[in-house]
Amino acid sequence: MKEVRARAEGRKIGESLIIQTAVRILVPFIQIFGLYVIVHGHYSPGGGFQGGVILGASFVLLALAYDLKFSLTHMSERVNLIFGNCGALIFVGTGVLTALFGGLFLDYSALDKLIPLGPIEWRSFGIFIVEVGVGLAVMSIMASLFWDLSSDGELDEGL
Amino acid sequence: MKALALVASLVTGAILLYGTMDFPAWGDPQSPAATHLATYFIENAVEETHVPNLVTAVLGDYRGYDTMFETVVIYCAGLAVISVLRRSRKP
Repeated sequence: MKEVRARAEGRKIGESLIIQTAVRILVPFIQIFGLYVIVHGHYSPGGGFQGGVILGASFVLLALAYDLKFSLTHMSERVNLIFGNCGALIFVGTGVLTALFGGLFLDYSALDKLIPLGPIEWRSFGIFIVEVGVGLAVMSIMASLFWDLSSDGELDEGL
Repeated sequence: MKALALVASLVTGAILLYGTMDFPAWGDPQSPAATHLATYFIENAVEETHVPNLVTAVLGDYRGYDTMFETVVIYCAGLAVISVLRRSRKP
């Protein structure tokens, strides 16, 4: 009994083998589902915001089951910020590009002059590009919000 | 003072509830919201954008400007939290 208690006290609060193993198995599926929700937004409910939140939640789950450092080894702070900036830039850049090619702002059919796919196909494909940008930005901001708020900005201990 | 606030909120709530009585019925196809742009989107969105999901077509294409600034709002929220909370790592 004493030995068990000593072992339990040596562990961090909330650390559990069952939860950690379950999370380790679940996280890849959650991330694939997030990608599916982003990519399949044209045909089913979903899109950039929802898929981005699911992707961000997978990192939050890692940080909850293990600790914050462990989730930072899977998605480093720097890469996360690059993803967030890229996501916002993809959206705004698509809009600027359409304006540069002679259309209205965010009128994707103007991109037909860049790669001739047909203006209607470009409107479909433009939505896809924009959704990917939204997904990247939302994923990185969700993870970064959790990291900062749970550790007071230190990014060391966390919950 | 608290009683005055209670009365004020009750009266405001009653006025708002009274106002809802003039609303069109739920899902009424003749309501102003359903006769202005919604019919255009329902009839033309699939031909114009080749996206079977009307919500995505409206969100990503017709209202792309709105969606762009939604993203920018989330981005700004993240940047604000980072700039307020995050501390530079000691070397």
